[in-house]
Amino acid sequence: MANVPDTGLETMTASAEPMVPALFRIQRVRQETHDTFTVELEPPSRRKTFTFAPGQFNMLYVLGVGEVPISISGNPADSHVLIHTMRAVGTVTKAMRTLKRGDFLGVRGPFGTTWPVAEAVGNDVIIVAGGIGLAPLRPVIYRILAERERYGKIIFLYGTRTPADILYRRELEQWRSRFDLDVQITVDRAQAGWRANVGVVTTLIPKVAFDPANTIAMVCGPEVMMRFTIQALQKRGLGLNDIYVSMERNMKCGIGFCGHCQYGPMFICKDGPVFSYDRIKDLFLIREL
Amino acid sequence: METLEPILRVHPFLEGLAPQHIQLIVGCASNVRFDAGQTIFHEGEEANQFYIVRHGKIALEIFAPNRGSLIVETLGEGDILGWSWLIPPYEWHLDAKAIELTRAIALDGKCLRKKCEEDHDLGYELLKRFAHIIEQRLEATRIQILDMYGERS
Repeated sequence: MANVPDTGLETMTASAEPMVPALFRIQRVRQETHDTFTVELEPPSRRKTFTFAPGQFNMLYVLGVGEVPISISGNPADSHVLIHTMRAVGTVTKAMRTLKRGDFLGVRGPFGTTWPVAEAVGNDVIIVAGGIGLAPLRPVIYRILAERERYGKIIFLYGTRTPADILYRRELEQWRSRFDLDVQITVDRAQAGWRANVGVVTTLIPKVAFDPANTIAMVCGPEVMMRFTIQALQKRGLGLNDIYVSMERNMKCGIGFCGHCQYGPMFICKDGPVFSYDRIKDLFLIREL
Repeated sequence: METLEPILRVHPFLEGLAPQHIQLIVGCASNVRFDAGQTIFHEGEEANQFYIVRHGKIALEIFAPNRGSLIVETLGEGDILGWSWLIPPYEWHLDAKAIELTRAIALDGKCLRKKCEEDHDLGYELLKRFAHIIEQRLEATRIQILDMYGERS
């Protein structure tokens, strides 16, 4: 978890009443792409902060509409603002997109397991994000860059549909300009004039340099993308226990009570969403599970 | 005389080839350079080369009426550009354009086809290698057409 300075502020973590949302005020809504947006939320009182670890999610409640699980995509070192990026696809997220500065959102969380950022210390790290899957991985990049000297090579591969669908464009440009971070972006299709890569993100994996015996991979994106990414990482010699994925299912309670997100013997909300691939390998290949 | 043999011998694409086969290939090889924006070949033109990219980036494009040129794939260092030299009627199916200054080794397809007919072992070794590349590109294309980042994901 992030080290929060001793300021006398009250820190919000997983609530003692996990089913009761706290009201967070919207500071800012930013359109990222045509269907993706980011909300920045202020904890309920100025005396409160919010801490989380990379990979965790919150249940966000649009008052009178409904609740959805959304990964936290902000900087874990900044406990004064809570950031979520999401795609407007369902009733709740479409309603959320219409909210403005000053409106309120209910927040329950943070819930779930975390990316193995601490376990990766001393190793090379390969981060593979597809589409909106970049949002849950962005806190990993913030955390690693804050302690860059503790890691070996850091490779970040990001694939998306078209150049117009690229998230966090300004930040990606900053990261690409760093000498201690290998950032490769690819799109599935582009008009002539696009100067970066075109092709699926898996095609980048054979081309990047890392030590497979000392590498941790963190992968997030649509399940089919993760499936082919895992295959490509295995071909490069990564062990199943060195590959971590973030799974998504229909999460409701967030604490493993309701069973909506059951995944074999596990619950995604409580035992996940981040799993080492060796834990879920047999489930991952079962269709319609 | 300095030849391209030391470079070709260690390239992953030709790794494991017998020395006499490397020598046959070297006889068909030359260094080429393409400036940024330069067209390497056009769809429909005769395909008489393939390229081992040493440095730079190349876009493979398809021109679609009312949509213009669409990039369907990019290739970079270490990649192989072109297999149409191997398959009749030996015509390119795409446009290829250098996105940035690109250096490559060009292999003369006519020269290689002749040597493959004369030495079937060489032909088989090259076919195996190209079959692998075609398989990789086909798999990537299949994933690409899934449109996996679409609305449903």
